[in-house]
Parts: sequence; structure tokens; C-alpha cells
Amino acid sequence: MNLKERLEEIKQKGLEEIRHAQDVKTINDVRVNLLGKKGSITEVLRGMRDLSAEERPKVGSFANTIRDELTQAIAQKNEELEALKLAKRLESETLDVTLPASPVATGTPHVLVQVIDEIEKLFLGMGFQVVDGPEIEEDHYNFEMLNLPPDHPARDMQDTFYITNQLLMRTQTSPVQARTMEVHDFSKGPLKMISPGKVYRRDTDDATHSHQFHQVEGLVIDKNITMGDLKGTLELIAKTVFGQNREIRLRPSYFPFTEPSVEVDVSCFKCGGTGCSVCKGTGWIEVLGAGMVHPNVLKMAGVDPEIYGGFAFGLGPDRFAMLKYGVDDIREFYLNDVRFLQQFSQKG
Amino acid sequence: MKVSTKWLNEYVPVENLDPLELSEKIERTAVEVASTEKLEDGLRKIVVGYTLDVKDHPNSDHLHICQVDIGADEPSQIVCGASNIKAGQKVIVALPNSRIAGNVKIKRGKMRGEVSEGMICALQELGFSESVVPKEYADGIYVLPEDAKPGDPVFPYLGMDETVIDLDITPNRGDLLSMRGAAHEIAAIYDQKVTLPTPKVDEDQTDNVANYVNVSAPKELAAPYMMRIIKNVTVKESPMWLQTRLWNAGIRPLNNVVDVTNYILLDYGQPLHAFDQGKLTGDQIVVRLAKEGEVLTTLDGEKRTLEANDIVITNNDVPVALAGTMGGLDTEIDNNTTTVALESAVFDSHRIRKTSRRENLHSEASMRFERGINLGTVKEALDAAAALIAELGDGQVVAGIASANEIEAQGKNVVTSVAHINKVLGTELSQADVLAIFERLGFIVTVNGEQLNVLVPTRRWDIAIEADLVEEVARIYGYDNLPTTLPAGQTTPGSYTPAQKLIRQAKQTLEATGLNQAISYGLTTTKKATRFALEEALPTELAFPMSSEHTTVRMNLISGLLDDLAYNAARKVNDVALYEQGRVFFRAEGTDRPKEVEHIAGAMTGLVRPSTWNTEKQAVDFYYAKGIVANLLQELGVKDVTYRASKLADMHPGRTAEIYAGETYLGFVGEIHPLTAKEYKLKQRVYVFELDLEKVIELPKEEKVYTPVSKYPSVTRDIALAVASDVTNQQIVDCIKQNGGAFLQDVKLFDLYQGEHITKGSKSLAYTLVYADPSGTLQDDAVNQAFEKVKAKLVETFAADIR
Repeated sequence: MNLKERLEEIKQKGLEEIRHAQDVKTINDVRVNLLGKKGSITEVLRGMRDLSAEERPKVGSFANTIRDELTQAIAQKNEELEALKLAKRLESETLDVTLPASPVATGTPHVLVQVIDEIEKLFLGMGFQVVDGPEIEEDHYNFEMLNLPPDHPARDMQDTFYITNQLLMRTQTSPVQARTMEVHDFSKGPLKMISPGKVYRRDTDDATHSHQFHQVEGLVIDKNITMGDLKGTLELIAKTVFGQNREIRLRPSYFPFTEPSVEVDVSCFKCGGTGCSVCKGTGWIEVLGAGMVHPNVLKMAGVDPEIYGGFAFGLGPDRFAMLKYGVDDIREFYLNDVRFLQQFSQKG
Repeated sequence: MKVSTKWLNEYVPVENLDPLELSEKIERTAVEVASTEKLEDGLRKIVVGYTLDVKDHPNSDHLHICQVDIGADEPSQIVCGASNIKAGQKVIVALPNSRIAGNVKIKRGKMRGEVSEGMICALQELGFSESVVPKEYADGIYVLPEDAKPGDPVFPYLGMDETVIDLDITPNRGDLLSMRGAAHEIAAIYDQKVTLPTPKVDEDQTDNVANYVNVSAPKELAAPYMMRIIKNVTVKESPMWLQTRLWNAGIRPLNNVVDVTNYILLDYGQPLHAFDQGKLTGDQIVVRLAKEGEVLTTLDGEKRTLEANDIVITNNDVPVALAGTMGGLDTEIDNNTTTVALESAVFDSHRIRKTSRRENLHSEASMRFERGINLGTVKEALDAAAALIAELGDGQVVAGIASANEIEAQGKNVVTSVAHINKVLGTELSQADVLAIFERLGFIVTVNGEQLNVLVPTRRWDIAIEADLVEEVARIYGYDNLPTTLPAGQTTPGSYTPAQKLIRQAKQTLEATGLNQAISYGLTTTKKATRFALEEALPTELAFPMSSEHTTVRMNLISGLLDDLAYNAARKVNDVALYEQGRVFFRAEGTDRPKEVEHIAGAMTGLVRPSTWNTEKQAVDFYYAKGIVANLLQELGVKDVTYRASKLADMHPGRTAEIYAGETYLGFVGEIHPLTAKEYKLKQRVYVFELDLEKVIELPKEEKVYTPVSKYPSVTRDIALAVASDVTNQQIVDCIKQNGGAFLQDVKLFDLYQGEHITKGSKSLAYTLVYADPSGTLQDDAVNQAFEKVKAKLVETFAADIR
């Protein structure tokens, strides 16, 4: 066998070994045995010195070709084996993706706050300010400035927790109207505000009564505000809170601080107006009270009713939440059972 | 106000209207309707019976066996337990398979062996309220008038064949507390005319009221005050038409005299009172204020001690009636009364309101006086009542009216304009539209250029200003017909104030770290209100609390959260993390009004995270609570926060830290004292924090500034040292930071050991010190030098044993 033939034989055997190699270690051994300093190719090439000067470059070139071929085959095999090894590892790492997730604890905003936030967002977008008022109020602001002088029969509608003769737990968020009107600079533009907060009434707590609940007061005072504007604003609230398909109807009512005064019903969001248990068969649900600000209220707050006028409304987030989510006991809002609170965790 | 549609129909045609539609119209145009009820609805097969024979039941001590003619060929045998059953009575019979009140079905049956073909009924069994059943029949069956025909349905005899609409009157619409007022309203709604009868009094000219009474009253108490005398009256049962009208309106029939006063009250809204003139001891009727401590026994038998603001009617200076509220027992109309002194008056509404509230005596009369009276019909109502008493009691009306403070009742003139109405409503009504509406309302309008002078009749005393007229136009025109627009005009920016933003950010941060928002009661007990307070202050208490649980305004939020935790624990919910954001109230000595401060607080107990298939459970501990607070303060940009061990009431003495930003006290975090926890029925350890958010709002905040991230690597050195147990981490960190040199960036505690492998009374702490030079690579020498200096200082300061 001449050198060429031996090289050819080494190549064939080498390729065979490469093909059969099952792991990286074997292929490495093959590489050392073939191409290493003491490898078979090197050994063959040592016999080159016996060749003629004419033969030598040819065999040398041939040997290099073979070495390249083998090197490439080894590299290719190596890649294959690495890929295989990775595939095996990944295979071995397979998880049961249906096992429970690791818990991530987040808290939930109170459902009443969610309702209030929704309303705040609506009105901020319409250029209203959010004004906070005191929870302990003077009789003056809670009643008198709202056209409810002492002994006014409408005071019976709101049984009051008094602290002294002149101080009380506010029974409504309406005093914030009076306070804000008093300080508003109308030369700088209209007054548009809402005021959410806690209110208190002398009521015995039961499923539908609570001595503490919430209100959101709204007030707009400008030169050309109409009752149509009130109607449009109320319709927006109804649609935002209770859904785009809701309609509203206004019914005459009485509040000492508005004239005309209306009670606002929203078409039943459960039955759509055909009558069901939620709307007690009427198709309508009473949701809030509103009206055009009484001239006496404007006057008392130092606003000229000949120039300015506007509307006010008051709504109850507790009632909204009860209606919207079917909560049948108002006390749930203030007892804070975590299982109750967390039911309203859905953000979307 | 229960409005009988049959009665209404006498004044304005409504008989062709669907009652439900009528109610809906009333609701949309006037006032709320509480109910619309056809009285006989739900009742079936209830007829007139005639008791032919009544025998005692042989096997019972109270049952009777009755043979009853029910208009059939044969009499029916019905067993009846009522004590007032007798032969020869017209009675109410519920036939077999009939329905009585409450949807109860009556069947043929046997009672103690005797067949009973139905039931003889009391009015209550037909759905009558106890409060309207005539006293005579309160405890037994009802006896129908003799002319009732056996076999006929009973409903027409009892006035139950009609619909009654119950109006929920708002305080301003006192005019609707009368049939005549309701008729005017319905007429306006339907654009109809009312037909109202006017009374004719046939006076006995041979006699004069002056022969009986002489009245006087101060103007501010009663204006007007009028009295008529009806003599030779026979007191007896009222005719059925009158009784049914009263009970359908919710008033119990009593006798013809009292019934007439109530009937006229319903008709005109004018309260009247009938005295037995024979029981008056003299002819002087004087209206005055009560003397403090004066006593009057009212018709209900209550002995009432009067106060100086009560208006009383006196006779010979002795109170005989609590004006406008209830008459006195001593001058009550009874079966022996022959001469009636009939009062019609308008009393001061404020005083009536005070008296009726104090005495908890809300009568049909007081309710009307409080809401106002039509000054135009005080006399007409008196005449109508006098005439009817004379008619039903076979008596004569004595000539003349004794009166004080007679006034000429006049309508009010209110000015408006079509332009103003349109401006407020956003409508485009024409003058003709507006005039038509006022016409429907019965208001008389004089047009004067742009100006409309509207004369409002006395029956609408609620209307006084232009805005009232706008409302009248709006509701008659129909709120549904108003345009739907949004406020136009100058735009205004809508945004939260910086304080409102910070409060909302604080809430979101706590929610992001796992706390659920609670809203607890602002009113609590004084004890709960005053503990955990961040400021020295006095509690603010209610003058008249409703319950002992809610007497005092809270001065902290933690107490409410502990109540919430207890509520959860009682329901076996043991892993709870809550926060609350709200007001607390601090009152200073010598003041009534507390200041209101926004706080935020949290309470945590049980597990932060339960053990799961792949994670260890984690219980709430001090450092967890501290982490929640630290994260919150960081998110809010609070600088220089330090925690100082402190001993606070109700808190664990060794596990509580006061929180400061610089030298500003913000609040505290720690574990609830076990004895306090026990008071709240909490068995687990509870960690809480409370912060004064307003202090946080006022603090200068960390500015958001950008510093380039260092390109050069940082170098770390670890140090472990043993120190005395009472040396705090804060002290060591402060020492390291003060002596760490210019390149020290951070100090992190990575190990803490206290236990058997270390000398008693000392502990081992290990820190990693991080050095970096933002302008170049740090040289080892520089770091080593700085590190050695720190080591030396620690040894020197704390006698630390560096390990």
C-alpha cells in the first residue's frame, strides 16, 4: 500500500468512526487519533520523507485535503451531537405546566372606592375639580347655607348626629357646594366640581341602612348652564357606571337647595327596562337626586343668581355598588371580610 | 296620602284612565307613588251572607254553628269562632275555594266534627290594617249594613271595588295632602278642569255662636282661628260611604262627628277639631303657649307634660287640646255629645313640628300643619264640616263663626319671563306654550311686555319665587322633553391636587404590595377612638349616639382595622392584610371642632403566603410590616427615613418603631401588645402601622435626578463583627457610613447570628461594604485603606470583635 492508499484508508475509517460516534467524548478521541500530533495522519506524513521530490507535494496536498475533510466532518458531527445533547437536556427539564402557579399577592381597592374612582375619572376628563370637604360640619354649611333653616321639615329627611348645637357629622356632601362657591373666583371661569366622601345619618344599621355611607356631590356654576346640561351630564354618569345602553328619566322631587329638583332613574341594567326583581317590575331604578341650584343657595354663598346659575347632583356609591354587583347587605362594605373585598379585584 | 280614585273622579274625570298609567303620569310630573292598588285584587269568592241561625258548637266552648244564607237555594253551614256572631246579621262569607288576604285559600272542611262551608270573616282577613278597623269590630267579625244582599260580592259594600293610589308627598307638596289638591294636580297633568262642590251652611238664625264660645288667639300662634257650633247633634255610626272613604285613606271610622272632621281633612287638607261643647267649663276659648309643666291628657290616653313652646287651646285657662296635634280626652266627642264646638285654624308650623317631634305624635293633623295649609279654604272647610255634621247628626248649625285673626287669603304674584324659563331649562318654548302650561295649573297670568305676572292661587303656597315657576313649567312640559346637552362655555382643566395625587399613589402602592383596602366605621367607642393616636388630643363625642358601639369619632385607623381583623377571625379567615386610608379627628382642649387629618394605616396577621407545593410559607413579622412601610415611604419620595425603637401604649414594648423623616414624626410600625390583641379577640400576632399622610404631603420630597450609571466596576469587602446585644444595626451602619470614606456606596447586612456559638450577651453581624469610584477603576490599596479605617472605628466604638 502506498501512502496515498493508506491516507485514503485512514479517511474512510475515520469517517466511519465519526459517523458512529455517539457522544462528544468519542468524537474528541477520534479527532486526537486522526489529527493529533501522534495521530494516524501525522504518522503517515512522517513517511513522506521517503518520497521523491516530485511525489511529495502531491501526497502532501492530498493529505491536507483529507485532513480538511476529516476536520469538517468532526466539526459537523460535533454540532449534531451538541444539538442532540441540548435537546436531551431540555427534554429532561420538562415541567408540568398545569401545576399551580407560585402566588403573587396584590391587594384590591375597596369596591366603593372603585365606583368613586370611575366617577372621578369621568369628571376629571370633563374639566371638573375634585374637592374634599370636612366630615365634621357646621350646621351652617350642612343645612342653613343649603336653604334648610332650623325647623325646616326637610331636616326630618336627614336624621343627624349632632356633636354640639352647631357641629354635626355631615349628613350629605352638599355642604362642600356651599364652601366651594364661597371661595370660588368666578372671574377666573366657571366652577365645576365633584366632592366624594363619607356621610353619616342617625340610622340603625341593617341590610339596607347604614349610619355611615358615601356620597358624591357634583356642582356646575356658570353664566349659561341649563337643565338640559344637567340631563346630559346625568346621562353620561348613568352610561359610565351602568353601561352604554342605559337611559335615564327625571322625576320631580324636592331638595331645599335645588329648584327644580329631580329624582333620576336609570333604565334597569338587568332586564333592560322590561321589569324584573332588581327594578321591582318597573324597568327603572332610582339612582340619584339632582336639580338646578336654588337662588337662595347662590345668594347665601355670595353668588349673584341674576348672573350665575347651575346644577347640582348627589349620588350614592354604596347604592351604585349594591345595584351593580348585586350586594344585598350594605354592612358588607364596612365589615371588611377579606373574601368580600377580594371579589372586586378585577381591574379591567 | 292615599287617594281614592272614585272620590277623585267626582272632582276630575279619571274613570277612563288606566290606574297604573295615571300613577306613572303622577310620578313623572308630580310626586312619587308608593303603591297603586285595587283593593279587592287577590281576593276571590267573598260574598254577603245572612246568618239565619247561630248555635253553640256541641264540642267547643267558643265555636258556633251558623246557618248562613249566601243567596243560594239552601243555606250553608259555617262554623265560626267570633264572639260577636249572632243570628240576623249580614256578614262577610269566604266561600269554599275562595282566596282571602295573604293569598290564603279557604276550603270546605270540618271543625270538631261539624261541616263548615267556608269562613265568616273579619275585616283584617280581607287585608284591612288593624288601625282602620272600627273598634266595635276589632276583635270579631264585621257586620255589614242591613241592606246588603246575600250572595252579592262584598267588595262594593266595603269600598273595595276601587283603586287607591298612595302618594309619597315631598315636604314642599303639602297641597297634595288633600283630595282637592290632588284633583287640581291631575287636572293640570291631563289638561282637564276640576269640578269642586262648595258647601252650603243652613244656619239657625235664632241662635248665635256668641251664646256658646268666645275665642281669642295671638296672631303668631294661630291665624286664623275659627269656631262654629253645631247643636242638637246625635252621635252615631257614620254612613258606609263615609266610613269606606276613611278606611280607604287609612283612617279608622269612629262616629259621625269625628269622621266628618277627618273626611274634611282629607278633602281640603284642613285639620279640624271637634270639642264636646257640653264638657267645656266656660265660654272662653283661648289659644296660648303652654306653661312649662302644664299637663294634658290627650285622646290616646297619654298624660303629656307640656313645654313652654307648645301651643295649647285652653278653656277657662285649662288646656283642652294640644293645638294642631291632638285633642284632649276631657272634651272628647262621645255618644252623649249633643253640642259640638268645631275648630278650624292654622297654627304656627314650627311650633307644631317641635311639639309633634318631641312627643313623637305625628298625626294626620300635625303632618299637614307642618307642611302648610291652604289659607283660602280654612273657612270653607269649617263650613263644609259643620254642614255635614248637622246633616249626618240631625243637628243645626248655630249662626255665626267665632273667630280670631281673620285674614284675607290672597294668591301670590310671582314674576317671570319666557326668556328666563328657556334660559334655565335649555328649551325653546314660545309664550303661548308657557301660558298654556300656567293655564293648566290654574295660575292667572298677566302679560306685560316680556314680563309675565303670574298670580298663584293660595292652594299652591309652595310657590314663592321665579325658580318655583320654572319647575312648574318644566314638570308639566315634561322632563323627557328637555334637550340633552353638556355644559359649554370656558373650558377648565380637571386634575387632582398634588395632595390628592399623593394619597392615591399611597393607596396604589399598598395594594401593589398585597394589602386590601378596607373602609371601617368612622364612629367607634371612646376607648377604641383614643388608643394608637399619633397626637395628644381629646376625643370628639356625639351628643346623642344611636348605639354604644358608635359614640365617638375615631382618632386612629388601626382600631377599626383590628375590628376588621376580628370580624375575619370570627369567620375563620386568619390570613389578613388590610389597609385603610381616611380621616382621623384630633380635638384640642377648649375647642369643639376637631381638626381632620388624613392618615393611612395597615394591619396584617397570619401568613403573607401559605406553603404551597413549591414554596415555604411566610408568616407576617415585624420586618415584613416594616418592609411594607419602607417601600411605601420610598415610593412617596420620603427622604432620611429612620426607625427608632419605642414603647407605645397598646404596642409590643420590644417590637415597635417610631418612624421619622429627618426629625418629623410620621407614625409607627410594630406588633400589637398581646393584651390589646386579646381585647379585640385576636389570637394571632398582629402587625400594624399608621402614618400621618398630611405630614408626608408637607415633607420635601426626593427629587428625581439622573446620575449616570458608573462604567467602572465596584469592589466589595465583607466584614463580620461580634458586638454587645444592645448595639443596633442602625448604630453600626451609621458608624460605617460616617467612616467609610469617599468611595463607600452602600452597606448591606447579610447575616445576623445570636446563639450558642457566640458569647452570651453579644451577637454577630456581617456586612458587605460596596465601594466604587464613578470616575475610574478603584485601586485595591485605596479600598483596603478605607476598609481598615472602618474596622478600626468599629472596634473603637463598639468594642467589636472583628472576625
